[in-house]
Amino acid sequence: MAGFFTSRLFFVSLALVIIAATLPLYVSGYVLGLLTVAFYFGVFAMAWDLLFGFAGEVNFGPTFLIGVGAYTAGILNAQFGWSVYLCIVLGALASVVAGLVLALPALRVRGPYFGLTTLVAVLMLQNFIVVFADLTGGEIGLTIPDVITINAGANYWIALGFMTISAAILYGLSQSPVGLVLQASGQDPVQAGALGFNIVKHKLAAFIVSAFFSGLSGALLVFYFGTASVGTVVDVAVGVNVIVSAVLGGRRTVLGAALGAIFLIVAGEFLRPTGELATFIVSAVALLVVLFFPGGFLGAALSREARS
Amino acid sequence: MDQRLSNRPVLEVRGLTKRFGGLTAVKNLGFAVNSGEIFGLIGPNGSGKSTAMKSVMGIERPTAGDVIFEGENVAGLPAHKIARKGFGMVFQHSRPLNRQTVLENIMVALLPDSLFMLFPDKALVERAKWIADRVGLGSVMNRRPPTLPFADLRRLELAKAIARDPKVVLVDEPFAGLTRAEVDVFSDLIRSFRDEGRAVMLVDHNVKSVAALVDRVLAMYLGEEIVTGKADEVMKNETVRRVYLGGAIETHARPETSFKDKVPLLQVENVSVHYGKAQALENVSIHIHEGEFVSIVGLNGAGKTTLFNTISGFLPYTGEIVRGGENLRGTSPAKIARSGLVQCPESRELFGEMSVRENLDLGGQHLDDDKRAAQLAWLFELFPILKERQGQMAQTLSGGEQQMLAIGRALMMQPQILILDEPTLGLAPVILELLSKALTRLRQTTSITVLLGEQNVTFALPHADRVYVLEHARIVWEGDPGRFATEAGADFL
Repeated sequence: MAGFFTSRLFFVSLALVIIAATLPLYVSGYVLGLLTVAFYFGVFAMAWDLLFGFAGEVNFGPTFLIGVGAYTAGILNAQFGWSVYLCIVLGALASVVAGLVLALPALRVRGPYFGLTTLVAVLMLQNFIVVFADLTGGEIGLTIPDVITINAGANYWIALGFMTISAAILYGLSQSPVGLVLQASGQDPVQAGALGFNIVKHKLAAFIVSAFFSGLSGALLVFYFGTASVGTVVDVAVGVNVIVSAVLGGRRTVLGAALGAIFLIVAGEFLRPTGELATFIVSAVALLVVLFFPGGFLGAALSREARS
Repeated sequence: MDQRLSNRPVLEVRGLTKRFGGLTAVKNLGFAVNSGEIFGLIGPNGSGKSTAMKSVMGIERPTAGDVIFEGENVAGLPAHKIARKGFGMVFQHSRPLNRQTVLENIMVALLPDSLFMLFPDKALVERAKWIADRVGLGSVMNRRPPTLPFADLRRLELAKAIARDPKVVLVDEPFAGLTRAEVDVFSDLIRSFRDEGRAVMLVDHNVKSVAALVDRVLAMYLGEEIVTGKADEVMKNETVRRVYLGGAIETHARPETSFKDKVPLLQVENVSVHYGKAQALENVSIHIHEGEFVSIVGLNGAGKTTLFNTISGFLPYTGEIVRGGENLRGTSPAKIARSGLVQCPESRELFGEMSVRENLDLGGQHLDDDKRAAQLAWLFELFPILKERQGQMAQTLSGGEQQMLAIGRALMMQPQILILDEPTLGLAPVILELLSKALTRLRQTTSITVLLGEQNVTFALPHADRVYVLEHARIVWEGDPGRFATEAGADFL
């Protein structure tokens, strides 16, 4: 842990954050907007990697947690006019509660059934939003009266700061003793149990942390967009993007997940001139990475270092 | 008071029973282990010894019975609670954290079961270093597990198990995959646990491999105790000898010269197989003539299944496998099976949710309707019970019926060479007799070639024309079944 502050990974990360922080001085608002969304996505992917990479549980429904956070924050602001910051905090808390309700029964089932439970949760949330259109805005989406700020640079810095702090906390957690126990539970639950660790407790805690960051990021995102819609924060396709980002960046690396998310969103935008083909190309690249470099961008680099 | 306490066994098991559905894996087992004692739980594959150990540890929840640790019944508690009370378990297969160092892997075992331990404790690091030295990992503690040899990975498992200073240490097959020199080192380590006053309980297949190490042994078979006592007494016990060696064995070997083919039908030459760093087969050479029945006997873990899977094309290997003049390297498992070299695997691998008839029809899928009907009629004569059970779902059959179905399905493929991997695993004596009759019939009325893998010598010898003994990945004996008991039998207890 102490070694991290002298490691190459730390200096590279620090340099990247410093460079990123100076971007508003010389790039267009369009690029800043793109990166702002990418940074929020990075937090989604990092929170997901904590579950998949460390707890060993495949959560097919990251957008359930994201969506609950986003919509709770959005609805409270739109319906009751509560302050933006209060709504963001309550959104994150709602996501934690929803995560607990989902994970308590879901962690009792094993293997693929956990994943299926989480997938069904997304579909239920999506249905709920469409059916209770008066409250949620339904398929059209929910218009949110307040935003944090309309300044593109400020929004960018908020997103960058939020991602950096989340990364520090999630990465620190993953490398802490608790993270080691979590990793052991994910890798060999029988042995972790025989070493005296209550696996369900540790996985549940991981789920709560993952839910908190997913919900918080979702809530921040809707106050950046000014709207909340199924297509941007709930749809299964959004969840697939989160998963692809994390796998692309590197399982069990946390930081890699953020890189993967930024790559995915920026690449998608670069390829926009190719029209419908853009999604195809990005997916093909993701598929190739998964097939030939299952460790992902950062995973490949880290395991090379581990072997030496 | 103190006197009485110190005389009481630290671990006492009474009436331990574990059922999986209809199968009773452990039946009314009882024993006691004192501190400063090494206790062995011995039994052939499928005898329930590992299930018994897992039930003590709480990995399996016992169906009935008491597990009393220092006067407290811990039966039914989850594994993590039992572990915290003072149990450590050494697993046979390890999955260490590959991105962490050896030291950090040991650290994990020392951590409290708390969600708020965010920074490592200096004292824990010192303790982890001490444990690393203790098991002989001192010089490699800053390396990562993927760079370590197999024996060091096993040391790491020992280190984790004793990390929190448990009063009871459970060891699952302590010497699996180790060389003879390493066995000595590990024996010394396990003895040192005893000398520190821990109660050590280990599980292994045969008495011989642990005889020098254990103070007392409980031999079990089909989930039940046969006898408990000192290793040499247990080895002399009649029932134990019968379980491992059988009683008077009648053999009906046909001499090798009676087989007409000049070049054997199947030749395995100098085959070696590795699983990661563990060597599973070492320069194994065997041959089988057309129509011959050959048995490979060896204990669990000797490499029988690995050999069969290699022949069936599932594993990469060095050396040559030649069948009927054709080198099998590069041929897919499916093609090998279709061409008449069929394996009936140890785990049976039935299609559990399909009927008996559907399982058999799948085996005979390549035959045309007339031939399939004829083959099926022949098969029902061999195993009449399968005819009665045609419409039943395969997974609802008893163990013996499932084994017959597995053999039947393999026979529906009309194999030239049939590989039977441990067909007697976990079956009752009456079923063994049925299987035995069926094999006799195959031998007398068909021209099929059979390669039988068994640890049950009693079952294997009467059906063998020739016998190979596989031990620790090597063929150590080859010969006539009649000479087995005198030449190779003693090593088999």
